[in-house]
Amino acid sequence: MKNQQSNLATFNSIPNQIKIRNFRERIIAISLFACGVFSILVTIGIIVTLFTEAIAFFFRPEVDIVTFFTGTNWRPLASKISPENFGVRPLIRGTMLIAVISGAIAIPLGLGSAIFLSEYASDKLRSVLKPLLELLAGIPTVVYGYFALSFITPILKQVLEDGLGIKVSFFNAFSAAVVVGIMIIPIVASISEDAMRAVPRSLREGAYALGATRFEVSTKVVVPAALSGIISAFIIGISRAVGETMAVTIAAGATPRMTLNPLDSVQTMTSFIVQVSFGDAPAGSINGQSIFAVGATLFVMTFVMNVVSAVILKRFREVYD
Amino acid sequence: MQKQYTLSKSKEIYKDNISSRNRAEKIFNILLLFSVLFGLLMLTVLLIDIAVEGFSWVRPELFENYHSRKPENAGMKSAIAGSLIVIGLTGLFSFPIGVGAAIYLEEYASQNKLTAFINLNINNLAGVPSIVYGMLGLVVFGRMFGIFREGSWLVEFLNLPIQSGTTGGLKFNLLGIPWLEMQIPFGRSMVAGALTMTLLILPVVIIAAREAIRAVPPSIREGGYALGTTKWHVIKTLVLPIAFPGILTGMILSLSRAIGETAPLIIMGAFTYVPFLPNSVWDQFTVIPIQIYNWITLPQTEYRVHLAAAGIIVLLLILFFLNGIAIYLRKKFEIKW
Repeated sequence: MKNQQSNLATFNSIPNQIKIRNFRERIIAISLFACGVFSILVTIGIIVTLFTEAIAFFFRPEVDIVTFFTGTNWRPLASKISPENFGVRPLIRGTMLIAVISGAIAIPLGLGSAIFLSEYASDKLRSVLKPLLELLAGIPTVVYGYFALSFITPILKQVLEDGLGIKVSFFNAFSAAVVVGIMIIPIVASISEDAMRAVPRSLREGAYALGATRFEVSTKVVVPAALSGIISAFIIGISRAVGETMAVTIAAGATPRMTLNPLDSVQTMTSFIVQVSFGDAPAGSINGQSIFAVGATLFVMTFVMNVVSAVILKRFREVYD
Repeated sequence: MQKQYTLSKSKEIYKDNISSRNRAEKIFNILLLFSVLFGLLMLTVLLIDIAVEGFSWVRPELFENYHSRKPENAGMKSAIAGSLIVIGLTGLFSFPIGVGAAIYLEEYASQNKLTAFINLNINNLAGVPSIVYGMLGLVVFGRMFGIFREGSWLVEFLNLPIQSGTTGGLKFNLLGIPWLEMQIPFGRSMVAGALTMTLLILPVVIIAAREAIRAVPPSIREGGYALGTTKWHVIKTLVLPIAFPGILTGMILSLSRAIGETAPLIIMGAFTYVPFLPNSVWDQFTVIPIQIYNWITLPQTEYRVHLAAAGIIVLLLILFFLNGIAIYLRKKFEIKW
C-alpha cells in the first residue's frame, strides 16, 4: 500500500523531475563547454602575458626595439645599460646553430627510421621498435643535458682536441645539438611514418608489379606521396629543437655570441631565460622584463613554424581514393 | 650475327642494371637499419653511462638527507617530496578540466567554426615550448599580474590586509575552514607549480582522453538513449566507465612527461635548495630534475657526475614505473569491439 502511494507520488512529480533533470543537463553542458573553451583562454593568456611584458620592456628608455632585433651584442648584465647591449641576434644565432645541427642529425635518421618502420619492418618488429624509439622522446631533457656533458663532450674533446688539435670548449653547441638531435628523432620518425602509412597499398603494389625494388618503391613512390607529411615533420622537429631548454642550458654554455663555430660555447634564447630566472630578477626590473621580450620572440618563431607545418600538411597533401 | 649481338648487349645492360639496383637496395637497407639502431644505441649508451656513474650513489642518504656541502651526505629528500606533491596536484587539476574538455569536444560540440578553432588551438598549444608555459605561470599564478602587490589599485580600493616580505600577499582561510588555507598570489608555491604544469600537459591530456572516448562505439550510446536516459546519464554511466582505462592511461603518460619537466618550474620560481619538507601546498619547493640540474652545475666530480647520475636513476625509475602502470592498464582493460 505504502509502495503504491509512493509510486503515485513519483508519478505526480514527473513534470517537476523533468524540469530538474533538464536544468541539471544544462548546467553540465555549460560547465563542459567551459572546459572546452578553457584552452582558448590559455592561448590568450600566453599572448597577453608575453606581449604586455615585452612591450613594457621595449618602452623603457634604455632599450630600442630596432637595436633589439638588429644588434649583435647581448650584454644584459653589463654595468652600462644601453640599447647597444640589448641586441637579441646572438641568442637567435645560438638557437639556430643548435637547431640546424640537430636537424641535420635528426632529419635523415628520423626519416630513415620512418621508412624502415613503415616499409621494411614486419608488424612484430615494428611493435617492438616503435615503443623503444619513442622512449627516446620520453626521457627528461635534463638527462640529455647530463649525457651531453658527461659523455659526448669528453669524446669530442678526445677526438678533435687531442687527436686533431682543434680547440673544443667544455660547453659547446655541438654536444648540445647532438643530444637535441637524438631527442627529436622519434618526433620526426613518428609523424613521417604516419604520413607514409597513409599512402594507399595499391600505389605500392602497382610499383612492385612493374618490377620495382623495395628501395625504389620507398624512395620513388611512398616518400613523394607522403612528402607533405614528411616536410611538416621536419619543421615540427626543428621547432622542438628551437624551444628545447634544459639540454642546451646544461651543455651549450651561457656565452651569447655571433658565432657559427659549433665547438664554441653559445647561449640560446631558452638558456638565457633560465639564467635570468635563476638570478632571481625582480618583477618590473629590466632583466625581469627582458626574458619576456626574448620569450615572445621564441614564441613567435615556434608558432610560425608550427603554423607553416600545419599549412603544408593540409594544403599539399596528396589525396587518394 | 647482328641480331645476336644486340641480344647479348641488351642482356648485358639488363644484367648490369639488375645488379646495380640490387646493390642500391642493399646499401639502402643498411642505411635504414643504421638509422633505427642509432637511436636505440644512443639510448643504451645513455642508460649504461648513467648506471655506471650513479648506481653506487643510490644509497639511503639519497632519500633521507637534503642537499649538503659534503657529497657523501647529500640527498634529495625535499626534491622527491616536491616532485610527488606537485605531480599529484597536477593530476588533480588537469583531470577534470582535460576530461571535461574531451567530453565536450567529442559528445557535445557541433561541427562549427568554434569547434574547429578549439581543435586548431589545442594542436597549437601542444607545440608551444614548455619554457613559455613557465613564463605564463610566473605572471598569472605566481604574481597574478601584480594586482595583489602592496599599493596596487585593487589593494587600495578594497583595503586588503597585504603582508609584505618574500612570500607576501594575502593570506586567508577559504569559507573560514582552517585547512582551506589560501594565499594570493600563489607565489613560488607548489600550487603555482602544479597549475603551471596543468596548463603544460592539458593539450596532451585532452588529446588522449578524446581518443579514449572516441573509441567507445556509438551503438553503446544509442542503447542508452533507447532506454530514455539523458545525454549526461549516458555519458556518466556508459561512455566514461568504458573509456576510463584509456583516459587514465593518457593521464599517467602526461604526468610522466610533467615529472621530467624542469624549465617551466625554474621560470615559475621553484627553488634549487630547499632544506625542509613542505608543511602545506603553499610552501616553496624543489623537484627532482631541478636538483639534478643543480648538481650538474656544481664543480666537484662527486656532484657533477655521480650524484647527478644517482638522481637521474631515481627519476628514470619513477618514469618507468609510471609507464609500466600505463601499459599494464592498457593491456588489462583493452576492449576489442
